[in-house]
Amino acid sequence: MKSVIVKNLLGLRNWVDERFPLMQLWNEHVGQYYAPKNFNFWYYFGVLALVVLVIQIVTGIWLVMSYKPDANVAFASVEYIMRDVEWGWLIRYMHSTGASFFFIVIYLHMFRGIMYGSYQKPRELLWILGMCLYLALMAEAFFGYLLPWGQMSYWGAQVIISLFGAIPFVGETLSLWIRGDYVVSDITLNRFFAFHVIALPFAIAGLVVLHILALHHVGSNNPDGIDIKANKNAQGKPVDGIPFHPYYTTKDAPAVVALLILMAVVIFFAPEMGGYFLEHNNFVPADPLKTPEHIAPVWYFTPFYSILRANTVNFFMVPAKLWGVIFMGLGTMVFFLLPWLDKGKVRSIRYRGWIYKTALGLFVVSFLILGYLGLLPPTPARTALAQVCTVIYFLFFLLMPFYTKWDKTKPVPERVT
Amino acid sequence: MVKIITYLGLIFWAQLSMSAEGGTKLMQANVDIANTVSLQNGAKLFINYCVSCHSAEYMRYNRMAKDLGLSDDMVKKNLMFASDKIGDTMTIAMTPDDAEQWFGVRPPDLSVIARSKGVDYLYSFLNGFYVDPSRPTGVNNHYYPNTAMPHVLWELQGLLDNHGDAYQTSADGEMTPVQYQQATRDLVAFLDYVGEPAKLVRYKIGFWVIAFLLVLFLVACMVKKEYWKDVH
Amino acid sequence: MSSDSIDMERRQFLTGTATVLGGVGASVAAIPFVSTFQPSARAKAIGAPVEANIDQIEPGQRVTYKWRGKPVWIVRRTEEQLKALEDSTAVLADPESAKSIQPVFAENSWRSLNREYLVLVGICTHLGCSPSFRPLLSDEIMGADWQGGFYCPCHGSKFDLSGRVYAGVPAPTNMDVPPYKFLTDTRILIGESEEAGS
Repeated sequence: MKSVIVKNLLGLRNWVDERFPLMQLWNEHVGQYYAPKNFNFWYYFGVLALVVLVIQIVTGIWLVMSYKPDANVAFASVEYIMRDVEWGWLIRYMHSTGASFFFIVIYLHMFRGIMYGSYQKPRELLWILGMCLYLALMAEAFFGYLLPWGQMSYWGAQVIISLFGAIPFVGETLSLWIRGDYVVSDITLNRFFAFHVIALPFAIAGLVVLHILALHHVGSNNPDGIDIKANKNAQGKPVDGIPFHPYYTTKDAPAVVALLILMAVVIFFAPEMGGYFLEHNNFVPADPLKTPEHIAPVWYFTPFYSILRANTVNFFMVPAKLWGVIFMGLGTMVFFLLPWLDKGKVRSIRYRGWIYKTALGLFVVSFLILGYLGLLPPTPARTALAQVCTVIYFLFFLLMPFYTKWDKTKPVPERVT
Repeated sequence: MVKIITYLGLIFWAQLSMSAEGGTKLMQANVDIANTVSLQNGAKLFINYCVSCHSAEYMRYNRMAKDLGLSDDMVKKNLMFASDKIGDTMTIAMTPDDAEQWFGVRPPDLSVIARSKGVDYLYSFLNGFYVDPSRPTGVNNHYYPNTAMPHVLWELQGLLDNHGDAYQTSADGEMTPVQYQQATRDLVAFLDYVGEPAKLVRYKIGFWVIAFLLVLFLVACMVKKEYWKDVH
Repeated sequence: MSSDSIDMERRQFLTGTATVLGGVGASVAAIPFVSTFQPSARAKAIGAPVEANIDQIEPGQRVTYKWRGKPVWIVRRTEEQLKALEDSTAVLADPESAKSIQPVFAENSWRSLNREYLVLVGICTHLGCSPSFRPLLSDEIMGADWQGGFYCPCHGSKFDLSGRVYAGVPAPTNMDVPPYKFLTDTRILIGESEEAGS
């Protein structure tokens, strides 16, 4: 009986394979894709990001079945999902938790890229595609956050859009064009809904395909930063490589389950996460006439928000507000330049000297401090600290061509360790 | 080295955490939404004292009946004054415009007030009224200065001056201070439930989901180890 | 390579177990996503039973109530009309209501709890139009043999005054009788009947 089923399934597979490159794709990208055998903890986050993306899309589709993008009923429709729709509360929490987890996973994924020099030649385009994905993700989160139409949704959008107003000459017109109205309104909500549900998910899906194709074309990096294709065996396979299936499919599976466990802990026991994943003030319906005392973006934007607020001085006839916008923008865009700023002779941090390690350590610490400060209302002491950290943040990139050249590296081994 | 950094970090963190804002320290509500009797009592207080001015427009009567273990009939007879169908939500007759005219501000809908303000604030607020002749309602509140809300529960608590003692000439409330605190605790527990009815079930479901996932995790780890025996 | 050979049995067993567990997990995880399609609490509230007052209805008159988005008619039939129900069996496609939807108490010629008052879902069983009310016996337009009933203008289906369909018309079955019950002599609750599974 079992062999009959298997025989028929194989027959079906062959029928498809004669008409579609099924087995070719499988072999190229999974069955015979040779990845370095020394992947460690930091290499989980790519597949975990993909899993979170799928979760967001599926829960997102289900939410759109009941959500209404009309300013008069949007807030009510979210409560309708939470109370009246069978299992609506679970689907909503999965989506809100997934949003925050997406950023946790992506920040760790990006950090891996920095640590192991995965942006270096020949993976510059891979890195650029990844950065485009990061920008798309930030846009997706920003548009999505308006949808519940709470106080933080409304005023967060109002503040960020008005940042565009700081751009000289075109600013006001640009803000008006983005909003579609004189203030954030139902019109803005409807178009942000279109961006969040249709435009950006397509863009993200497309970019993910390009990202993985770019990766597979050159092959994966590894924690030692060495090129496994330099050492091939008689069959033409890298001696330090192993096929993705079954080795990395079986290794990634428990990691996916671990991610689900962590998400389940949040979803079922602390979906608000102390007000960081679901902000308290967003349970108050949007009121255009009443600004909340303390507007802060969601936690994953706070490092850049800190940089924005750290700019308090009017320089060279440019108002501080505009400097803030400029540096906040630069803070995200500067990552694109990494492949060309890094003049280091080695890829992986394992073989870099103390100068680079110190620089990276300072960068990470200042990034975390900036993130933390962005959650809090500003005080003179906090602003001063934010300014110090902003300087360190940018110096990490600006000085990189110099300290990566001067850095005394260690000899890189031939084979993976 | 690590110890020094940690120590400095903690001091730093303490400095940063010191809030610039002032405000009276909140009382602890200590609600227990697993206590159905507490929720039922809170429901009774809510319907009798709050729903005249405050709607809870996302909370259905029949959902409350089911979750609190009350029959539809019982709810219809004792807990429904503003609607006539058990499937209705707790709306009120007063329009927002009228409300604004009469009170200066529309009494907010209380469906998710426990999620925006927190149970400790609500509990403190209900316990924080004191007599203030300068206010149109005759009362003020330690936790929301110049609130437009009258002390709806004054008959239960009695009237206090702003030091927490009984106000000069007033009679005692129907309840002792301890009873009043328990009553407001029940009311706030009910509001906590109203804010998120799913909270009654999600802990239990979560336990089983995570238990299953842990088993799946172990098996998946064993599969990985078995296949990776090939790799050296 | 390795000194001990691959234990295929162990490998297959573990992989099988993991697959089965994963499959179970995926199936259980799918339940909320499938279940969520069910009518929400709001839909159920809107679709809740409707109370109808029948003490103002004149003999021969029809009133309409709305239940679950559909018209529900209450017709107070005269003695003459009730007698005509017995006589019209020959022209009907399903006089015993064997193929149509109605509560058990309506499986007879008067198709109602109380003979005088018909409660009927006012939708033609052909393609969903709402038929017109033709109560008069020997109606001008319907012809001399007309025993009173309903006529659907869309495709010409005819029903008697119990909603039973005529033979040879497009509609396949008798019109639906909704579940209902009497709360008092003058109040009917449309949407709920005394039977189990109403």
